[in-house]
Amino acid sequence: MNDTALPAVQRDLAPHLLVPALVLAMLPLVGSFPTWVTLTVAGLAMGMMIFIMASGLTLVFGLMNVLNFGHGAFVSVGAFAATLVLLPMHGWMEADSLLLNLGALGLAIVVAMAVTALLGWAFERVIIMPVYGQHLKQILITMGGMIVAEQLIGVIWGPEQIALPLPTTLRGAIIVGDAAIEKYRLVAVVVGLLVYLGMFLTLNRTKVGLLIRAGVENGEMVEALGYRIRRLFVAVFAVGSALAGLGGVMWGLYKETLSAAMGSEVMVMVFVTVIIGGLGSVSGCFTGALLMALVANYAGFLAPKLALVSNIVLMMAVLLWRPAGLARK
Amino acid sequence: MTEPLLTLSGVHTHIGEYHILQGVDLVVPRGGISVLLGRNGAGKTTTLRTIMGMWQASAGQVMFDGQDIAGRKTPDIARAGIAYVPESMAVFSDLTVRENLYLAARNGPLDTARLEWIFGFFPALKKFWNYPAGNLSGGQKQMVAIARAIVEPRKLLLVDEPTKGLAPAIIRNLIDAFREVKENFTTVLLVEQNFNVVKTLGDTVAVMDDGRIVHAGPMAELAGDSALQQQLLGLSLDAHQ
Repeated sequence: MNDTALPAVQRDLAPHLLVPALVLAMLPLVGSFPTWVTLTVAGLAMGMMIFIMASGLTLVFGLMNVLNFGHGAFVSVGAFAATLVLLPMHGWMEADSLLLNLGALGLAIVVAMAVTALLGWAFERVIIMPVYGQHLKQILITMGGMIVAEQLIGVIWGPEQIALPLPTTLRGAIIVGDAAIEKYRLVAVVVGLLVYLGMFLTLNRTKVGLLIRAGVENGEMVEALGYRIRRLFVAVFAVGSALAGLGGVMWGLYKETLSAAMGSEVMVMVFVTVIIGGLGSVSGCFTGALLMALVANYAGFLAPKLALVSNIVLMMAVLLWRPAGLARK
Repeated sequence: MTEPLLTLSGVHTHIGEYHILQGVDLVVPRGGISVLLGRNGAGKTTTLRTIMGMWQASAGQVMFDGQDIAGRKTPDIARAGIAYVPESMAVFSDLTVRENLYLAARNGPLDTARLEWIFGFFPALKKFWNYPAGNLSGGQKQMVAIARAIVEPRKLLLVDEPTKGLAPAIIRNLIDAFREVKENFTTVLLVEQNFNVVKTLGDTVAVMDDGRIVHAGPMAELAGDSALQQQLLGLSLDAHQ
């Protein structure tokens, strides 16, 4: 019997330390503490929203090996579906009551996620299913699907941008010391953390989560254990679409305007996040999204011209260090 | 003659343009250890994958426990009572040993008594219970893969080249484990290239070549006939002297 000593459990902490290391390293460069706080919170909020949009895509990549270039459609549809609730409930949105504001917002999020989950389910059945295992066709047909979705949004909601003001109690900033922190950014950070916590617990503490993680690694073996991975695929696709819908609502409120192309506009950031994080890794996606948004914010302040290419430079640096992304050594 | 648990009749399998299995006839008696031997590329792995529905038979019949399972999907075949340990072992390296076994327990929580039975012949698993399977050695991963396959009672265990690349001590451990599994009323179909490993373990043996069964019978018969061994397994025997 092989009686070797216990192997050390390898905890890969390096990727998790990148975000705090970056944040601390930027303090002396930014110079002003209040400005640093504002930039950091803005970066964290933006990163959380990108994470929400990208988390579903990374699971779809990892579990289903599907290149879904149409993921941005769910971002746009989610945001526009939210207007079905938010515009008629403008009384609640404009009331000076946090409870009413959050009630309208919560209902809008539920509707947006339900609509995008349903759309995701149909998208997988009609568009993705015929092209499993064929990456080139996946790219073409999902991009086509996104174009069709954008045009349908134009048909239903009209070609103009739609204003989506923040609810009354979430407008403005709170002042901490000399630092101004926008209230909505704090909401985005909280929602992003809740989504990450929910996904972390699901993936690590439930059998469905274990099946998803195992399926990302070896779907064929999951089937050989007696589980129908196709059903898992559909469920993950629908949940990933719903998360994109939630991200769309959050992003729309952040920008305070909606356009049919908003989904395709954020797709570069979403793809960079998924690649930086490592395909199929939710924790890698989380770290990647925060890194990307923080780097973009700091670069925008310190060297505005560099901000234009900060995403790509970050991706190059990460891939030179870890070619399969942060989560994969 | 013991009643067969698994019978392949005239099974053909194509992978793309390649015709791999060319009419395989194989009988696996219930309650014993059957060994499938053959050189590299003879079609042994394809036979196991065809039984599991990972590659579909293009012709022929696969009867398991009285039902034709040819054409069924892999999860349905697994649920019919067949467990599979692939050559690559396919342990989920990001998951702990416990999580690997927990996933395989389809019918509910892990059965403590059965786990203790498994720990009896694979004590390393108890030791590494909460360690990521990816951190384990090759032999320990093989133990995880086999334990995962038998964590609940199954009728048939398919194992593809379990001893490949392992140290002699680990191989002896695995042989003992297969004997335990057989004693526990699970039929085993073992694919192996190393005849010396399985000649005392198997009850029946079949030898494959070029996608067909070229010999089938009791293991004792082949083990006692050097000339037949040389004729059927010449190169394989030389490789494992």
